[in-house]
Amino acid sequence: MKIHEYQAREIFARYGIPVTDWVLCYNEAEVTAAVEKIGLPVVVKAQVLTGGRGKAGGVKFATTLEKAQDATRNILGMKIKEYTVEKLIVADGVEIKSEFYVGLTIDRISKSVLVMASKEGGMEIEEVAKTNPDAILKYPVDPDLGMTPFLARKIAFALFDDYALVKQAASILQKLYQIFIDTDATLVEVNPLVITDKDELYAIDGKMTFDDNALYRQKEIYALNEPTEDELKEIQAKEKGLSYIRLDGSIGCMVNGAGLAMATMDMIKLYGGSPANFLDIGGSSNPRKVIEAMNLLLSDKNVKVVMINIFGGITRCDDVAKGLLIALEQIKTSIPIVIRLSGTNAKEGLEILKETDLTVVETMSEAAQKAISLINAKPLKHTAI
Amino acid sequence: MSILVNKNTKLIVQGITGRDGSFHSWKMKESGTNIVGGVTPGKGGQTIHDIPVFDTVEEAVKATGANTSIIFVPAPLAADAILEASEAGIELVIAISEGVPTLDMVKVTPYLKKKGTKLIGPNCPGLISPDESLVGILPGNIFLKGKIGLMSRSGTLTYEMVNQLTTSGLGQSTCVGIGGDPVAGLYYQELLQMFEDDPETEAIVLIGEIGGDAEERAAQYIKEHITKPVVAFIAGQTAPPGKRMGHAGAIISSGTGTAEEKIAAFESVGVPVARKPSEIPELIKKLLN
Repeated sequence: MKIHEYQAREIFARYGIPVTDWVLCYNEAEVTAAVEKIGLPVVVKAQVLTGGRGKAGGVKFATTLEKAQDATRNILGMKIKEYTVEKLIVADGVEIKSEFYVGLTIDRISKSVLVMASKEGGMEIEEVAKTNPDAILKYPVDPDLGMTPFLARKIAFALFDDYALVKQAASILQKLYQIFIDTDATLVEVNPLVITDKDELYAIDGKMTFDDNALYRQKEIYALNEPTEDELKEIQAKEKGLSYIRLDGSIGCMVNGAGLAMATMDMIKLYGGSPANFLDIGGSSNPRKVIEAMNLLLSDKNVKVVMINIFGGITRCDDVAKGLLIALEQIKTSIPIVIRLSGTNAKEGLEILKETDLTVVETMSEAAQKAISLINAKPLKHTAI
Repeated sequence: MSILVNKNTKLIVQGITGRDGSFHSWKMKESGTNIVGGVTPGKGGQTIHDIPVFDTVEEAVKATGANTSIIFVPAPLAADAILEASEAGIELVIAISEGVPTLDMVKVTPYLKKKGTKLIGPNCPGLISPDESLVGILPGNIFLKGKIGLMSRSGTLTYEMVNQLTTSGLGQSTCVGIGGDPVAGLYYQELLQMFEDDPETEAIVLIGEIGGDAEERAAQYIKEHITKPVVAFIAGQTAPPGKRMGHAGAIISSGTGTAEEKIAAFESVGVPVARKPSEIPELIKKLLN
């Protein structure tokens, strides 16, 4: 789960990390009031749940009120990737002497929280990682010890020469680590962390993402969730025990297991088709789930053919077949359905489907090829990935 | 021979009275696994499928001499269950539970290291040494005893692969589902080395997926340490960036962790990568000849 910059700023401020003054605004009048409150110059920044705001023109520096108002008119309503800008912040346009990067994430290799720090602040860290990987310093944090004062100092000394700044940075690092642990974050990033003309450190941007598995114990964080329409569909699916991600192809997929679901999508592409979605119905064989899954698949108007790929382990193929029969009775679709059942109770499952007009195949390759041939039989516009 | 589990495996089931724990205890027992006990706090003294239930892992270990534990408890309780098994001296813990918070796993890791406990999972289907021991939720009937070692980040995709192997007459020494989470127990490198050291295993199948750089690191490890033939498959070649594909670890962010990079990494060290599961048996047969 992601949150907005202004929400990250609120969390930072609550933990005592110095953040430049800001005001959240939804319209020009609020921006005018904000500029009066904060004083010029200011930065007007779009608040959307995606990166690349600067490149898209969603961040503007303004030295006069008129320029701030102009920027507001440009930014509100602007589209950044798939997000429409509905709110922005007006932030203090402090004088910057230099910019740094500090980020905390989880490292799969050391199985610990990893601090990344760099003097190349302000740029996207992924860019730095590609062009100048040595400029990113990495420090794993021992989970038993946490961010000790000496580790925080060590990292700070690697970034700053002035001891006054080292002390400020070490304190910020300890607070960032505490935030990471307290909120079950997967990423806490300050980019840039700046030295102002008064030789003080400030966070002038913040990015945070959170562990979806831990949201059950992070009620305050979860309350900040602003899902997009597609994400809302994904959340609703998850509540029903389904894992759904919409894509832009024409073959609707229903598979049990995430890995097999991905491999199924790959197979469709390998044979020249394009998947309309990722849909993992999980390990249970409740027929209700199959019904929900069919409803979800067919709610996507791009779907021209449905491909079901089940390898029964815990999932029993006969239960899937039963669910499918009930679903088809309820939904009454003319969309062709290709189904492959293998594994636990496959024979019984196939027996149940014998009287239907579903296309039954034996392997995953066959299922993909058959599904594609059924789309090609009709005049459709083909969506490439 | 085989790795990790075999005829000497004495298994306890943590969460044995729950729906999944109970069902799979029965399935495992049916397939011949030596289940010596179960643990559910507050239900000590009961039996399930003729298996004695204990209140704590410590009691279960004392009474039965168990050396392996499988965990079915709900995700919020999983980390504690892993620690309890480790503290009681269990050597190998298999955590099936799905949805365990990542930081919980970060917190248990140092303790497991200190105690020398091996962990598989969480969010994994478990493992099997066919005809010896099944510890997990894998469908036992698709496996065939043989000489292929298999490791995978996915459950059902493993079944798909195993089915391809078995129907081609290629049996398996041990098949391990390592799980799809970002912070997990035993991973490719440790398992590659175990298969390398196992005299019965003649070839290795590695099934990876998008996210992280574990496959790239495995490729490097194979180049430096593994002499047996390895064949790979990567799921998620068509996954869109930034989206979590069911497994928390299966997310491509910022241009790393893509299928193309992983495939290239394997091919650069001479590990052939199947483009579809059905190609795996042929690739193995080619390498073994």
